[in-house]
Amino acid sequence: MSISASLGGVLAAEIGDPLLAEGKYLFGMPLLIIVAKAILAFLICLLSVVFMVWAERKVISDMQDRIGPNRAGPWGLLQTLADGTKLFFKEALFPDRADKMVFRLAPYLSAVPAFLTFAVIPLGGTATIFGHDTILQLADPPMGVLFSLAVSSIAVYGIMLAGWASGSKYPLMGSVRASAQMISYEAALGLSLAAVVLGAGSLSTQSIVAAQSGWNWNLWQLIFVPAVVFAIAGTAELNRPPFDLVEAESELVGGFHTEYSSARFAMFYLAEFMNTITMSALIATLFLGGPTMPFNLAAILRLDNVTFVGALIGESSPLWLLIKVMGLCFTYIWMRGTLPRFRYDQLMDLGWKKLIPASLLWLLILAAREAGDSRAEKFRNVLIAFIVATAVAGLLFAAMRVGRRTSEEEFAAATSHADGRRPGRF
Amino acid sequence: MGYLDGFKVTFAEMFRDRLTEAYPDTIRPKPERFHGRPVLNRYEDGMEKCIGCELCAGVCPAKCIYVRGADNDPMDPTSPGERYGFVYEINYLRCIHCDLCVEACPTEAITESKIFEFAFTNRRDAIYTKDELVVGNDGLPKVQPWEDARGAESPISGWMRATSPGGDANYLGKTLWSGDLGAGTRSAEPGQEVEVAERTARLSQQAAAVAEHEPSNGGHH
Repeated sequence: MSISASLGGVLAAEIGDPLLAEGKYLFGMPLLIIVAKAILAFLICLLSVVFMVWAERKVISDMQDRIGPNRAGPWGLLQTLADGTKLFFKEALFPDRADKMVFRLAPYLSAVPAFLTFAVIPLGGTATIFGHDTILQLADPPMGVLFSLAVSSIAVYGIMLAGWASGSKYPLMGSVRASAQMISYEAALGLSLAAVVLGAGSLSTQSIVAAQSGWNWNLWQLIFVPAVVFAIAGTAELNRPPFDLVEAESELVGGFHTEYSSARFAMFYLAEFMNTITMSALIATLFLGGPTMPFNLAAILRLDNVTFVGALIGESSPLWLLIKVMGLCFTYIWMRGTLPRFRYDQLMDLGWKKLIPASLLWLLILAAREAGDSRAEKFRNVLIAFIVATAVAGLLFAAMRVGRRTSEEEFAAATSHADGRRPGRF
Repeated sequence: MGYLDGFKVTFAEMFRDRLTEAYPDTIRPKPERFHGRPVLNRYEDGMEKCIGCELCAGVCPAKCIYVRGADNDPMDPTSPGERYGFVYEINYLRCIHCDLCVEACPTEAITESKIFEFAFTNRRDAIYTKDELVVGNDGLPKVQPWEDARGAESPISGWMRATSPGGDANYLGKTLWSGDLGAGTRSAEPGQEVEVAERTARLSQQAAAVAEHEPSNGGHH
């Protein structure tokens, strides 16, 4: 909250929020509105996590022939609250060899960034509160997309330090996996994000949404590849199945949070689901037009003069974002219900040998598309870029094949029997 | 789309009926030969069937049955034989509901009930003595305060009344077991009475058909 306020002071002129553009200093009503927005955003986050946990458990149990939570509240809706209350009242354990300070710090490093990312997600158009116009977004800094990337990198520290400070072997292995996985996939994440920024010409999330007005959604404007790469890398970044090696139960007990209990564990749990929601919101913002819809439903239904309804189903509304985010969250749950966990080398192969080259080469082609002045020039540039990209991809593929063959031959030589029989492929 | 076939499976599964029951609210009907907690039966005249032979205790793999036999008082016998079960205890912390005691019993004294939901809160309650095990005057198991006997039409299990010496469940000859207090001679499983009626009807029809043809075939005998 304090971050957004101080950003408001420094970047008031450039920030694009009409509320802030009124004056250089924040006093009175505008300040109150900002604080109210921050509190509201925080509450939305907490509430959405409650529903997300419930939805995840219900949908997964639907897919697994089970009923799921059904005791607390109607359809088990209050189960998350019950679990949370239980966790907060439990004893907080410290492992003997834990680094107490870092052990305490890690859950916050994990949970706070999860909430911060939500600050740059545009929830809708502008709204008038007590005579002041303001955007339905906590803050729209000019580098909003970079902010979300930076903040998600801080979350890596949360997980890494949690495992490191636990003073126990399984958490340490989990955190080593986590740092390697999250850092490798951050590259692919950033590169596909670069494609979006290239298209929109801005790092501000509001401008990126504005650039996707009408049917110009980045999903097809950038020809699917960045969206798919971003979605996969985002899943890996969230440590969600099928990329949940960080907390692989069958191998590492609970992974990085094995030694955590009570409220600190609850914070990791909260962060995990919060991240899923913010990542869905980020995908919706970057590739699916955010809170905008290509058509104005209010105008179609002739309801645009009705005060509340007109705004709710108008061209830009939190409702559309909610629908998109719910769809994406369902996809995440669906993936969890369907896909088995990756093996660690498969995870690294996918990240380094497939996603990063793909997003890099695609960025080259998209950059070529932006480069030319005339249509013919653009076409020529794209053609050249395409040929170069194909050649590089071919070389890369060949190099990987040679590498694999060499290692296989070495393996065969090392394990072949004296009588010349070669063992079968493993 | 090889990679995406799994997604179809999980999505379709969402709209199918679920296997899981909302257990304490809805209780699934129990199978006919359910292995619940055993009971000690009585004859129709109220006498106990147990003769204190200790075969059940001997065969019990969990060693959870403790029996001591004693001679009947000739003036006031507990069971119709020479001896009766003076002490009979089953420790339900150890019982594995394997039914070997039921198979071993020479007098069908111990049989299964369908009661299996019993959450006792101390070890003393876990040890059932004759007071709890012997059926009541209505011939039904005495349901203890900590037991839940819902979910079955009758708490009496179909257990293992072998309906024929060869073990054929559809054999409908003379029953090989004695009657029970309050119920008389029980059928092997509820529902078999219907089959008895059907088969009797079919047999009588066949007999009638044979009787009709009798005059023309009579000469062959």
